Amino acid sequence: MISPAAFFSRHVQAMLSAFGRLIRQPLGTLLTVFVIAIALALPTTLWLVVKNAQIAAGDVTDSIELSVFFRTEVPIEKAEQLAATARQRTGVGEVILISADDALKEFRDYSGFGAALEALRGNPLPHVITVKLAAEAANPRGVESLRRYLAAWPEVESVRFDGAWVRRLAAVLDFLNDVFVVFSIVLGVGVLAVVGNAIRLEIRGRRAEIEVTKLVGGTNAFVRRSFLYEGLVFGLLGGTAAVGIVSFAVAGLSDPVSRLAALYGGRFALTGVEPIEALIVTGGGAVLGLFGAWLGAARLIARIEARD
Amino acid sequence: MIRLDHVFKQYPNDREALYDVSFAVNAGEFVFLTGRSGAGKSSILKLLTLIELPTRGTVTVNGQKTNELPSRAIPAFRRRLGVVFQDHQLLMNRPVYDNIALPLMVSDTRFRDIDKRVRAALDQVDLLGKEHVSPAELSIGEQQRVGIARAVVARPTVLIADEPTGNLDHGLAREVMNLFRRFQDVGVTVLIATHDMALVREFAQREILIDEGRVFSAMPPDPGSGADPSLGTRVAG
Repeated sequence: MISPAAFFSRHVQAMLSAFGRLIRQPLGTLLTVFVIAIALALPTTLWLVVKNAQIAAGDVTDSIELSVFFRTEVPIEKAEQLAATARQRTGVGEVILISADDALKEFRDYSGFGAALEALRGNPLPHVITVKLAAEAANPRGVESLRRYLAAWPEVESVRFDGAWVRRLAAVLDFLNDVFVVFSIVLGVGVLAVVGNAIRLEIRGRRAEIEVTKLVGGTNAFVRRSFLYEGLVFGLLGGTAAVGIVSFAVAGLSDPVSRLAALYGGRFALTGVEPIEALIVTGGGAVLGLFGAWLGAARLIARIEARD
Repeated sequence: MIRLDHVFKQYPNDREALYDVSFAVNAGEFVFLTGRSGAGKSSILKLLTLIELPTRGTVTVNGQKTNELPSRAIPAFRRRLGVVFQDHQLLMNRPVYDNIALPLMVSDTRFRDIDKRVRAALDQVDLLGKEHVSPAELSIGEQQRVGIARAVVARPTVLIADEPTGNLDHGLAREVMNLFRRFQDVGVTVLIATHDMALVREFAQREILIDEGRVFSAMPPDPGSGADPSLGTRVAG
């Protein structure tokens, strides 16, 4: 039974040996790492697009508002009570009651029909409440749920909301999210293939060394170990380079995007790769590299035996 | 220690390399396996090192029948053997130290012990001070000694050598043979395949002659060893 210290030192040795080999072949290593970096940078970029689009959409959805028109016979006390009820509901951000009198006054002041309105016998306008959604509910499902809830009140004449653009925006974000998932899977498989192929070439180039190692009693696991570390290092370096590439691109695009947002009267700053996301990309690269090396090495090494 | 019982070996191209071969080598013995090129010596060594399995018959090394060993037990089996190859099979991109340390590395020996044992092995083959040199920078004789150091560093019970003096002049060949004798002196069983008959005569050890895949003649093992004498006296007819 191998001691923990010996086990640890063997792994350190296999890792150093893998590093040494990669350093001795700088061009091959760089090319492989570059391909992995590009393959990981593409889904990372797409993820940032989705994330930034969601942030930008979040600013827009702050203005999602439903107008609830009560029946004209509903008294102001009842309207106030219903407004208070609406405020208690989950997903509701802000509720403002506009009484029929206030609405009429406002209409009189701004419409220019003041004299004509004097001719009316009473106030034809209903009490209205405007309901803004809380940020977490500002999505098509939340809007529709709240609209149905309010429309079900017997005191309500109608609920108005122009929701088509919210649904379109949500559909675009969902689509981008799906594209991100598909890209991640396809390019993840690509990383497996790249690392697996690089490791297989390395194994074929070191066939004689593997044969000798096995002849002196080396197990498949012993031989495989350094190749697995090689794949791990490829993935780690590729992941790190991908984070670097994407961060560099975000830094380059940040000012133009802010200027574009300013032209439309808004303020928007691109969000780059967060530390946790950098960790996920680098760690994901390492796992893909390790798995790719396993796929490339396991069966090939088991088949190598000195025969001649 | 080593025993072949009615061993046949036929390769996929239908070439019959060994035909009903039987012999035994006792623990601590020094035996020459002789015969001209293509006689079957290398096939026997391949069977002993589990590079190949016999088509029929049994090969027993260190009490283990090779055809009964599961694949996962082969590395441990090989670690108990020391093998010296005719073409050295050294890793030219690694220093001498790494080459010699390899059998210890694969057996999970502690680094401290590896260092001690590699230096001891280097000392035995008179190569101390050359541990950081690439084998490519060494002479053929020195490369062969690196191969021997690698074969003995893990203290095997059996040392097998395939034409270890094939590329050496007579003086160096004698030196290498003396090294093998020293290992025998400390209890290692030594089996050397060679066609250098001058050396075989000079070292006057038991000889098993192989010809056309058959045991052609063999001196019996030492009567005091307890081995079945019939396994060493078979003569092909």
